[in-house]
Amino acid sequence: MARRVLRHRLMVRLTHWTNALAIIILLMTGLNIFGAHPRLYWGNAGSVDQRERVWLETGASPPWRNPNGWIEIAGTRFDTTGVIGVSRTPTGGINFVAFPHWATLPAMRDLATARTWHFFAAWVLILNGLAWLLHGFISGRLWREILPSRRQLAPAHLWHDIVEHAKLNFPKGEAALSYEVLQRLAYAGVALVLIPIVILTGLAMSPGMDAAWPFLDQLWGGRQSARSAHFLAMSGIAGFLVLHLVLVVLSGPIRQIGAMITGRMTIAGDK
Amino acid sequence: MLHRRHLLTAAPASLVLTGCDALTRNPTAKAIVESGEQATYRWQRLVGRDGLAREFAASDISPVFKVNGTHEPTNPEWQALSTGGFADWRLKVTGLVGRELALTLPQLRALPQRTQITRHDCVEGWSAIGQWTGPQLAHVLKAAGLRDGARYIVFLCADDYGGEASKGGLQSSSRYYESIDLVDAFHPQTILAHSLNNQPLSTGNGAPLRLRVERQLGYKQAKYLMQIVVADSLAPFGGGKGGYWPDRGYEWYAGT
Repeated sequence: MARRVLRHRLMVRLTHWTNALAIIILLMTGLNIFGAHPRLYWGNAGSVDQRERVWLETGASPPWRNPNGWIEIAGTRFDTTGVIGVSRTPTGGINFVAFPHWATLPAMRDLATARTWHFFAAWVLILNGLAWLLHGFISGRLWREILPSRRQLAPAHLWHDIVEHAKLNFPKGEAALSYEVLQRLAYAGVALVLIPIVILTGLAMSPGMDAAWPFLDQLWGGRQSARSAHFLAMSGIAGFLVLHLVLVVLSGPIRQIGAMITGRMTIAGDK
Repeated sequence: MLHRRHLLTAAPASLVLTGCDALTRNPTAKAIVESGEQATYRWQRLVGRDGLAREFAASDISPVFKVNGTHEPTNPEWQALSTGGFADWRLKVTGLVGRELALTLPQLRALPQRTQITRHDCVEGWSAIGQWTGPQLAHVLKAAGLRDGARYIVFLCADDYGGEASKGGLQSSSRYYESIDLVDAFHPQTILAHSLNNQPLSTGNGAPLRLRVERQLGYKQAKYLMQIVVADSLAPFGGGKGGYWPDRGYEWYAGT
């Protein structure tokens, strides 16, 4: 007999959607901010005069009537015309910008507005994340639901979960009420590793915070290294977001998204 | 090459995002997100009111200190002063002061000097390290004496800045200015720099004098200083937001 059960508590649902909104704003405003100086360096400082410190750059090259867009990573150049380096404006004009208008917020180049939104969303991310963490500690959800158990981390179990994921066999019945090991590793990786890194590297780019807490930029080997690490952690979070959405779609989007909104999920069971 | 395929995949996404984009221009949404600046300002004053910006070794100095913003002021007054080697230049100190000052470069150089090798962080994202020398702003302010009600130190510059592409158009041109609060004004690393890397400031880097307020971003480091005004409000200056860039949507408190 199928039955309705409480899958996600209110605190989990609230923090999930607040976090989702904050992350999307941060990603899109961040890509706009990157466009103001589309180069990443290692070290304390880096500017146009220090080419040897650049490891990632985007740009455009001739013919200027029909330009090519590119991204260069560690000396290898990839043609990304239409997306990175050169794209179209909403009205069809050529746009010489790192990321296209549909990926950035605001759509057009606007460092001032992008920054204002970025920092507001960063405050939301931090406060919401602290609330989530506190709730996870007090309720024990962090250990029960997010961190993988020793049993789950056993190689045989891990392998079994990888095979099940590859076959797109998702947990049903009672098993759907708790996360499997890959899911836990992904959630713990984002919430407890990538998001803390993106926050700490974000703070390390602030001259005011570096003066207040001098370890911030030194942790990453300097402010420009922190900016690079910020970009890499962001890429990891964006990758997770894509994977997360794909798996939600594959595993029954209405059931999954419904559960994260109402908190309740229908499961098959004998009891 | 740009392909039609790219445009087709982008179209549905952009329909959704047009809504988000419109939100960035909504006044209520704008007021809410702008509250983040106050939160950041208060937070940084709470945890790092007296914090010192890191000072680097001579070996860390950037090979070229990038010139950004104005490369050379065009106004005739500054041009004439520059031609005369700034012998006739005076730094005026006015506003809510006990006595107004008009300081020459030799007078500024005669005050106790501070030399610091610091990192300059541009709002665009790049950083450059340079060695700055000049008197602490605190010395000049003490010499003038602040009157009751003083809250801000405003820096008036010689350059008319404008024409930079942003927000889908060119920025309007106006006289550059900046302002800071009294915490930053009396911070030991806040200096009026006349030298960069042991050389008098070049034209591009702000000759004859620029502000260094090391815990904030590059656009606060006002170049081509002409006058310092001690004020109780930022409203009478420029667009009223306390600086050329703050008038154009950037944070007045640029600690982040």
